[in-house]
Amino acid sequence: MLLPFFKWCEGSWFGQTVSNSVYLFPVIEAFHLLALAVIGGAVLIVDMRLVGLGMRRQSVSRVAKGAEPWLIGSLLVMLVTGFLLMTSEAMRCYYNLAFWVKMWSLLFAMIFTFTIQRTVVRADASTVTPTRAKLVAVISLLLWSGVGIGGRGIGFY
Amino acid sequence: MSLLSFVEWVASTRASVAMHESIWMFPIVESVHVLGLCLFLGIAVLWDLRLLGVTFGDVPALDMNRVLMPWMWTGAVVMVVSGIAVYLNDPIRYYNNVFFRLKAVMLVLAVLNAWVFEIGIFRRIGDWERDSRTPLTARLAGVASLVLWAAIVIAGRMIAYNWFDKK
Repeated sequence: MLLPFFKWCEGSWFGQTVSNSVYLFPVIEAFHLLALAVIGGAVLIVDMRLVGLGMRRQSVSRVAKGAEPWLIGSLLVMLVTGFLLMTSEAMRCYYNLAFWVKMWSLLFAMIFTFTIQRTVVRADASTVTPTRAKLVAVISLLLWSGVGIGGRGIGFY
Repeated sequence: MSLLSFVEWVASTRASVAMHESIWMFPIVESVHVLGLCLFLGIAVLWDLRLLGVTFGDVPALDMNRVLMPWMWTGAVVMVVSGIAVYLNDPIRYYNNVFFRLKAVMLVLAVLNAWVFEIGIFRRIGDWERDSRTPLTARLAGVASLVLWAAIVIAGRMIAYNWFDKK
């Protein structure tokens, strides 16, 4: 079903531009990595607060509010640079197991972060039972780790 | 002993040969290095941004420091250990790689920057930890750290390419 889309990506002018350039892929990849570091920090600080490992003097919603612009900003950079990287080798990605592990993890990670986790994080601390908060943090960490491991795996698989 | 002969000796060690010959070790170690980046640099960036007063300005700096530093150090250990293992994969090629050299120099500068901060303005953190506008030297340390680490990541990624390697 998605095959025509990947074929279109591979043939698109931007996909061709990136794949024909010696420097574009590495440069875009480097910015993809930088955004990865930022998103890692933004995810970790919220998840660690949810688990109760720090910043207890600040409410969960306060920590999440501080992290949110960085989470969304770096996620946007990840999506744009990631899309460009993918188009430069779209057909290879399509037949790459690690790529699909990454995409499914990413889909679930984004849905989870912006629905369930956001609700828990924004709720008043008294209404969020610690167990539930911890579970949310662990799921978030697992999903985002899946994105990272899958992503690194694309290059090796 | 010249640096090159030291690198050649490193490349001849059992650890280096094992890294080089294993099919799975490099991908695994490299993945750990990338995930460690999230932990170490993600945390370091948040701390630098607090030093700049860009984010968490209303959270006392010492509060943030106490939470972040154990994780940042955990991440740093992961980065150093996995980084050495990645290095062992092909020491002689890295010796000849300009990006590796740039990265090594900038790593030293980044550590120096952190050390100057630590023995300088950080000693008086009690005086400014509640200010969202931190002292100039703290802001300078934050900017230097952000720029250096970004350059280190970029240089690190570029090590994979041999554009300027001596043949």
